[in-house]
Amino acid sequence: MVEFALPANSRVGEGRSFAAPAGTTRVKRFSVYRWNPDDGQNPRLDHFDIDLDACGPMVLDALIKIKNEVDSTLTFRRSCREGICGSCAMNIDGSNTLACLKPIEDIKGAARILPLPHMAVIKDLIPDLSQIYAQLRSIEPWLKADTPPPPDAERLQSPEERKKLDGMWECILCFCCTTSCPSYWWNGDRYLGPAVLLAAYRFIADSRDEAAGERLDALEDPFKLYRCHTILNCTQTCPKGLNPAKAIGEIKQLLVERRT
Amino acid sequence: MSETTKGRRDLRIEMMRSQLGRVRGLGAARAGVSHWWAERVTSIALVPLTVWFILSIYRLAGLSQPDVAHWAASPLHAVLLICLILATFHHMQLGLQVVIEDYVHTEATRFSLLLAVKAASILLGLACLVSVLKLAL
Repeated sequence: MVEFALPANSRVGEGRSFAAPAGTTRVKRFSVYRWNPDDGQNPRLDHFDIDLDACGPMVLDALIKIKNEVDSTLTFRRSCREGICGSCAMNIDGSNTLACLKPIEDIKGAARILPLPHMAVIKDLIPDLSQIYAQLRSIEPWLKADTPPPPDAERLQSPEERKKLDGMWECILCFCCTTSCPSYWWNGDRYLGPAVLLAAYRFIADSRDEAAGERLDALEDPFKLYRCHTILNCTQTCPKGLNPAKAIGEIKQLLVERRT
Repeated sequence: MSETTKGRRDLRIEMMRSQLGRVRGLGAARAGVSHWWAERVTSIALVPLTVWFILSIYRLAGLSQPDVAHWAASPLHAVLLICLILATFHHMQLGLQVVIEDYVHTEATRFSLLLAVKAASILLGLACLVSVLKLAL
């Protein structure tokens, strides 16, 4: 059966608390998930009281401040700090988003920061995404065409054809959507998940791609595709405002269309 | 050997297979469209059928048994009742199948539950069908 509770060695305990320096007026508490694969301990929530007057506006700024000034062992992924690399995806205040795009002032009370849900954790806020990367690889997310490109020129696309890719090419593969999907939690080993299905539809919808039929063949499966029950967590959580659920709906529609 | 270390050892053995190999698995089943489409079609069919059925029951309330039997014996009512029964039990079976596939991961339990749901839907559906035919024929 599906496991609805965490196994005993994954239950989250209370961790340490770090007070803000004396004399600070605007204090915000960040409760951060910590787990170290090497110490054999259960995960814990550490509480950091941060002086907001000496901190940038986003959650990522607070995490970097903690790492620089309070506890250098805090481990998380980050790179561009402007919502384009997708590295700092995590669960903040109950929903998946990018730490660099989440303003601290949007969070009421203490900010709870956990890794992306239902993924194996490598350390602290770093989830193991290797299964999702393999799933992305499995849908062959590159242009496939037998017609050779025109010599000395790129493959052309009309403005209308190009328009069909809007809302899909913007995906930065942060996997906030995939890890927010209950269907992916229960059947992630077989269900491809919203991010990968959005990527699949991005190539099916591309006028330059000639492998739509082959791509649909590879998706026509009760688990790879049809575990989507339009729960819509994916669309709700996407930090880039994209709509993976719509892309999945389009794939389902095309599968019906090609046999009627 | 404790439960944890045993679990970890098993995991490591399973991890020898590449992620891509595990993700590709046995490939796409090339199925699922009919199931998904049938679920949609039956649910659309059930909207008017169920409304009609509820209204009919409401109007039949308080009538004597022979009157109700006479009502059900009319070809139009019998055909609509049969459509309602077929759509309901087919839809029920399709929906429960999805729930079981979602939540039950032990192969043996899953397989037996899927068969049990299919059997129950067929038996219950046939029982209703025969009842309508008995009234109509």
